[in-house]
Amino acid sequence: MPVLEKENAQTWRRRTTGENLFRWFGWLIGVAIFVVCWQRISEATTWFFVWDAPRIAGDIWTRATPPRWEYITQLGRPIWDTLNIATLGTLIAICLAVPVAFMAARNTTPSVLFIRPVALLVIVSSRSINSLIWALLLIAIIGPGVFAGVIAIAIRSIGFCAKLLYEAIEEIDHTQVEAISATGASRWQVMAYGIVPQILPAFAGIAVFRWDINIRESTVLGLVGAGGIGLQLSASLNVLAWPQVSLILLVILAAVMISEWVSAKVRGAII
Amino acid sequence: MLRLQKLTKTYRTGDQALKEIDLEVGKGQVLALIGPSGAGKSTLIRCVNRLVQPTSGAVWLEDTDLTKLGSGALRRARREMGMIFQEYALVERLTVMENVLSGRLGYVGFWRSFLRWYPQSDIDEAFRLLDRVGLLHMADKRADELSGGQRQRVGICRALIQDPKLLLVDEPTASLDPKTSRQIMRLITELCRERRLAAIINIHDVALAQMFVPRVVGLRFGEIVYDGLPTGLTPEKLTDIYGEEDWEATIKKVEDEDEVEVEAAE
Amino acid sequence: MSHRELEDMLGKGWRKPPFVSNPKLRWSLILGFVAYLVAAFMTIEVDWGRVYVGLDRGWAFILAFTSPDFTSRASDIWDGLLESIVMTVAASVVGILISIPIGLGAARNIAPLPIYLVCRGIVAVSRALQEIIVAILLVAIFGFGPLAGFLTLSFATIGFLSKLLAEDIEAMDKVQAEAIKASGARWLQWINYGVQPQVMPRLVGLSMYRIDINFRESAILGLVGAGGIGATLNTAFDRYEYDTAAAILILIIGIVMSLEYLSGIIRAKVQ
Ligand SMILES: Nc1ncnc2c1ncn2[C@@H]1O[C@H](COP(=O)(O)OP(=O)(O)O)[C@@H](O)[C@H]1O
Ligand SMILES: [Mg+2]
Repeated sequence: MPVLEKENAQTWRRRTTGENLFRWFGWLIGVAIFVVCWQRISEATTWFFVWDAPRIAGDIWTRATPPRWEYITQLGRPIWDTLNIATLGTLIAICLAVPVAFMAARNTTPSVLFIRPVALLVIVSSRSINSLIWALLLIAIIGPGVFAGVIAIAIRSIGFCAKLLYEAIEEIDHTQVEAISATGASRWQVMAYGIVPQILPAFAGIAVFRWDINIRESTVLGLVGAGGIGLQLSASLNVLAWPQVSLILLVILAAVMISEWVSAKVRGAII
Repeated sequence: MLRLQKLTKTYRTGDQALKEIDLEVGKGQVLALIGPSGAGKSTLIRCVNRLVQPTSGAVWLEDTDLTKLGSGALRRARREMGMIFQEYALVERLTVMENVLSGRLGYVGFWRSFLRWYPQSDIDEAFRLLDRVGLLHMADKRADELSGGQRQRVGICRALIQDPKLLLVDEPTASLDPKTSRQIMRLITELCRERRLAAIINIHDVALAQMFVPRVVGLRFGEIVYDGLPTGLTPEKLTDIYGEEDWEATIKKVEDEDEVEVEAAE
Repeated sequence: MSHRELEDMLGKGWRKPPFVSNPKLRWSLILGFVAYLVAAFMTIEVDWGRVYVGLDRGWAFILAFTSPDFTSRASDIWDGLLESIVMTVAASVVGILISIPIGLGAARNIAPLPIYLVCRGIVAVSRALQEIIVAILLVAIFGFGPLAGFLTLSFATIGFLSKLLAEDIEAMDKVQAEAIKASGARWLQWINYGVQPQVMPRLVGLSMYRIDINFRESAILGLVGAGGIGATLNTAFDRYEYDTAAAILILIIGIVMSLEYLSGIIRAKVQ
């Protein structure tokens, strides 16, 4: 924040003129980019449909209400599958994420030059790609079904859990580890006594947090054929059975809320 | 029993923390290492159990040169040396008992330690030590529930259950209030006497060192500048170690405090 | 006293106090979990023959990563990717701009109760609904194309950013803000001087993170017809063109990595 000499008087400005120009230029470019983006979206849009949207929305609403409540009897198995996809997927993911995290953390990796970059690559690849895409891929490979869903969720969650976990490992108190090493403990004992207790709360929190996210994600995996309640959603959408769609959406909402509540409770109990 | 020969440590940053230190500690001898902060006290004791890798020189513990050991032999050698830390360095999320028993890690296998199946003799010894430091009733509390003085007592138990020949003590009182500091120092020196342990105690509080320890070594910029009786620490010697300062007050205060304590004891 | 206690304890075993102290509760938790796992595994139908056949295809896919094919569908990939980026940029800009007022409104310490309730309601709805479900509904209403994707991502951004922004404002240092208020500032001035400086760095960081998420999400919206690279990817999987799919996935991973790198730099700059 420079103080400028101007006509023999000191005036205070937040920025110099050059900085100001630079800022304005930056904003200009930003706005220009946004306008270009918007134009491309607009070109690709059939505006006739958009103007018609309120009528269509109203139409869908009248068709979708009231939900077809009796359809819920057919949703028991899909809900159970959804729960399993999320839970088993999370369990598999955390089992695999632990070694990856230890290889990725700077203070525990066996080799900074070779193993750490590989672990980081695994993490970023797993994280960058949505579970729906992993599901598509797995369905192409092992065929549709719950199993593909479990594996898709697991693969997607490894990166997420391993990233948070390795950050937790890098933040541990090093003197506690030193104290255990100083007793003459072996490498694995140092791990079990010096490191694991320190990251255990973070670990539990991460697992529950990811489980909550996975419940949400597993509700839609069925859209691509990977099992769970999404299959029913997709089937109902295909035949335009809107009362069923609205019931399924309500069930998904309820599942999401319950899982959020459960994960908040469990995290509260652990930490 | 412990002999340092031309021990030198140069950190990767270029700091020469120890310059060819020669030092000998006899069996059962308790020694205070004093010096201003940055003098290399922590570096010295960490070079002994090789939490810090010495650059050159030798560390003889009885007949083994610790600097030449491979990792397995080093682990066995570390069992002989108990270490007590400034910030206690307890594993905070483990219970007091687990922290004490972790001192036995060098003696039990991985699965036993992982499942907490320690030999009965270890468990008894842990109870005895906890009783000795007055924390038996805290055995199943988590370490982060304890006060500073209590934590340091647990740290002492962890070091002693190793059944060491040598204690390496790094500023045991720096995070404690004056009264607790004295209690802890008294406890450490008493235990050393009971068990005929040699000990190197890093301490920056000259008064405390003089009060409890029969031999004082002064370190400055990585070199030994004083080695002798605590009574020999004249103001001139202290200036050698710490630099210019009005020492009369410090020394006087020590004597005053001593009197106060004697009175309180009576 | 203490010695008698010691005598009592010597010779007795010692076990770590269990995490759940009530033994009945502990055993029912353990048994319940095991029973659930068994039930879950029993109900997963895995067609091992299909999986075995799939292994070859999986291997082919992994090999495809070593020789990705960027060229034979170059124009499809390029169009899809550009559309994803365009949607990400436009939706992030609009989403961030809208989420600031809603975030302010959803902070209990600066908003009056009615506004607070409305804003919290918006946040709750946006967070409860999955992107892909919102996209399905919006495609049904607005027709196929990137407009639906743009709206979906904007809506999701609002839920994410407003919630975190509101929590940030609620947790901010009261004294600083009150000092500004005490100097007689008007509401907007107060927000500008008392609140903004405190939450700005985190807002920038969170926005960067959300841009990253928006790009990743934009890659799946194409599966339900809401524009972006997802449609191209889906086609590639359908035709078993693994080398093209690998090329797209590599592009996505690369873009996400560079976004993370960029956001790291920007976050370091603001703080
Ligand atoms: N890990 C380290 N890396 C680099 N330099 C260090 C490290 N630890 C200590 N030093 C340096 O070594 C010197 C001695 O430090 P230390 O042994 O901790 O002294 P003291 O314990 O007497 O306060 C200091 O100059 C310090 O800056
Ligand atoms: Mg020190």
